[in-house]
Amino acid sequence: MALVELRSVSKIYHLGGEEIRALDDVSLDIHEGEFISIIGPSGSGKSTLMHILGCLDSPTHGTIQLDGRMIQDASTRELAAIRNRKIGFVFQFFNLLPKLSVLQNVELPMIYSGIATRQRHQRALGALQAVDLANRAKHRPSQLSGGQQQRAAIARALVNDPRIIFADEPTGNLDSHTGEAILALFRRLSREGRTIVLVTHDPEIAAVTPRRIEIRDGKIAEKVDLTLAGLDRPPAPAVLAP
Amino acid sequence: MNLFNTILVGLKEVWAHKFRSLLTMLGIILGVASLVGMAAIIKGMENGMKETMIAMGGADKVLLDDQDVPSYQEHLADQAPGRTMVDVQALRRSAPLLRVVSPEMRLEVLLSRAGKYVRPEECCGVWPAVIDMNLHTLEHGRFFTDLDEETAAPVCVIGTGIRDALFGSPEETGREIVPVGELININRQPFTIVGMFAHYEGEQEKRARELAKNQPARPQAGPDRRRGWGHSNWAFRRKNLTVYMPLNTAWIRFRAASGYNNIPDPRLSDIDLKVASLEELEPALQQARNVLMLTHRGIEDFSFRTQENNLDNINQQIRNARLSGGIIAGISLLVGGIGIMNIMLASINERIREIGICKAVGASAPAVFTQILVESVVIALVGALLGVGASYGLVQILSLMSPSANAPVVTAWALLLAVAFSAAVGVLAGIYPAVRAARLNPIQALRYE
Ligand SMILES: Nc1ncnc2c1ncn2[C@@H]1O[C@H](COP(=O)(O)OP(=O)(O)O)[C@@H](O)[C@H]1O
Ligand SMILES: [Mg+2]
Repeated sequence: MALVELRSVSKIYHLGGEEIRALDDVSLDIHEGEFISIIGPSGSGKSTLMHILGCLDSPTHGTIQLDGRMIQDASTRELAAIRNRKIGFVFQFFNLLPKLSVLQNVELPMIYSGIATRQRHQRALGALQAVDLANRAKHRPSQLSGGQQQRAAIARALVNDPRIIFADEPTGNLDSHTGEAILALFRRLSREGRTIVLVTHDPEIAAVTPRRIEIRDGKIAEKVDLTLAGLDRPPAPAVLAP
Repeated sequence: MNLFNTILVGLKEVWAHKFRSLLTMLGIILGVASLVGMAAIIKGMENGMKETMIAMGGADKVLLDDQDVPSYQEHLADQAPGRTMVDVQALRRSAPLLRVVSPEMRLEVLLSRAGKYVRPEECCGVWPAVIDMNLHTLEHGRFFTDLDEETAAPVCVIGTGIRDALFGSPEETGREIVPVGELININRQPFTIVGMFAHYEGEQEKRARELAKNQPARPQAGPDRRRGWGHSNWAFRRKNLTVYMPLNTAWIRFRAASGYNNIPDPRLSDIDLKVASLEELEPALQQARNVLMLTHRGIEDFSFRTQENNLDNINQQIRNARLSGGIIAGISLLVGGIGIMNIMLASINERIREIGICKAVGASAPAVFTQILVESVVIALVGALLGVGASYGLVQILSLMSPSANAPVVTAWALLLAVAFSAAVGVLAGIYPAVRAARLNPIQALRYE
């Protein structure tokens, strides 16, 4: 069974009597350990899809199953718990809390899962080490460069050991050099066995992932499957080599 | 997320916007300060009134007053006997519901000794019953005996105010003079002092005096004003400036020797009564009235004045003061609450994105709700604490401005009430913003620019 199963999902917005189909009858499976990119032009519905996959938003029609749990009839409280424990988000604008230190930002998800202070501390430091940022733990986000902030955000996404990580244009706000470093970090995480969904409009970035889902006007237009084999097989490591 | 953490985050939020928080808290600060200050003033008033009442003889004292005869007895007015010893004897004999009957014959006198003069507030011929009646404490010497009464002996008992004036106060002389056995002149007649009362003072005066005693005397320019007018409760001052002599002494040595056409005036200036029990006040007064109607041959030239009226009056005044103080404090707290709600709404608007982030990483709606509510309560409570501090300052200023016996007293009860009210205001003001924050859609919050 797939980690995420999306079945005929639509998201419809109404703007002044006009109907906008941000997502139109999308079906999609994501398996454990996959490294996927969702690619499409601006306004094609990538973010909407990611929000629905990440339980931040609910679809207008269709069903979604995450880790064996039907999401569309979960309460907001359960959704919060699912986001907290099973999902990690990385955003284009980093979205760190400016008043908290980097360490406290990384601790935030664990605060909501009720983890004791000591353990929270240790795990947050561990996550920062994993992204090479332990020496900046006490800094404010505003004292870091963009790439460092994004690494802190990745540490925050990792810290509760989620089943899947969603990254919405994680390099969109970074220069190409830093962006590459962030991509390298994602590749490393993927090698370590994490399930990662990367949303981007840039085909060059999408090229690093074994599996690409192209989306256009709310519809999945094309699937490029580099593994060429069945979806249930993990991506071949050879593809990941630069 | 545990409560302690939530409170800590709330405090940080308050600290992060110090000035804004302070402005927001102003309403609460004023509300709490006025509530505590008002309560303190009222408590001071209450204490002063109760002290005064006890200094004047307590709640069970009943005054027998002269009164103009009622209109239907107008033609008998010139036969009205007034209050005399006949009434006293009759009441003693026939009104068992009265515990104490104390006759007083007041004299206008001037006391002198060795070139010093003093005019007492009260110089009376009395029975020993007066001690029980006016709640006196005889600290030195003795009171009058039956023999003094019988022989109209030239003896007197004085209050400490008289001693201060004629012999010197402890503050001036540095030691307590007990002039028992000394002679003084009352209207030029020599009297022997046989006893002296305790020094009467209010709680506050006492504290001030003991404080002054423990501190080294500071050199003072100008005259000593510490015992001057307006500084102490007049009831205590009056009580200290008392001279008593046996009733018969007053009668024979002063009253009998004067009078219109050489006929001395046998009327007493006061008859004070104490009832056996306050529960039986009404029957006791009825009984006294029956007796007096007999001795006055049916002429109703007297009336009773109970302390109950006085007490009702005091309570009414206190109730009124409480009400108006409560309304002012309530309005301030309401305004404070509105201010908090306003700032919380502004604050969540400012933090829509932050709230969205928190929700994205797993904050549930109740967690967000609690966070905002706790922040609101923290603002209110910090404001309340500042208000408590401000109220102490206020009380200090007030007691400097009116150095009467009615010094304001800050009560724990008032503090508790004020803090509890502030917390309630914080909760009420926080609910709406908290609900709004909790309902925030994380997507919209994240897209919010
Ligand atoms: N809250 C909303 N109300 C109305 N239309 C929306 C809303 N959110 C997204 N859309 C529309 O849905 C479409 C897809 O948006 P989005 O998923 O953000 O695209 P992308 O991330 O690919 O740029 C866009 O046309 C956008 O205007
Ligand atoms: Mg987008």
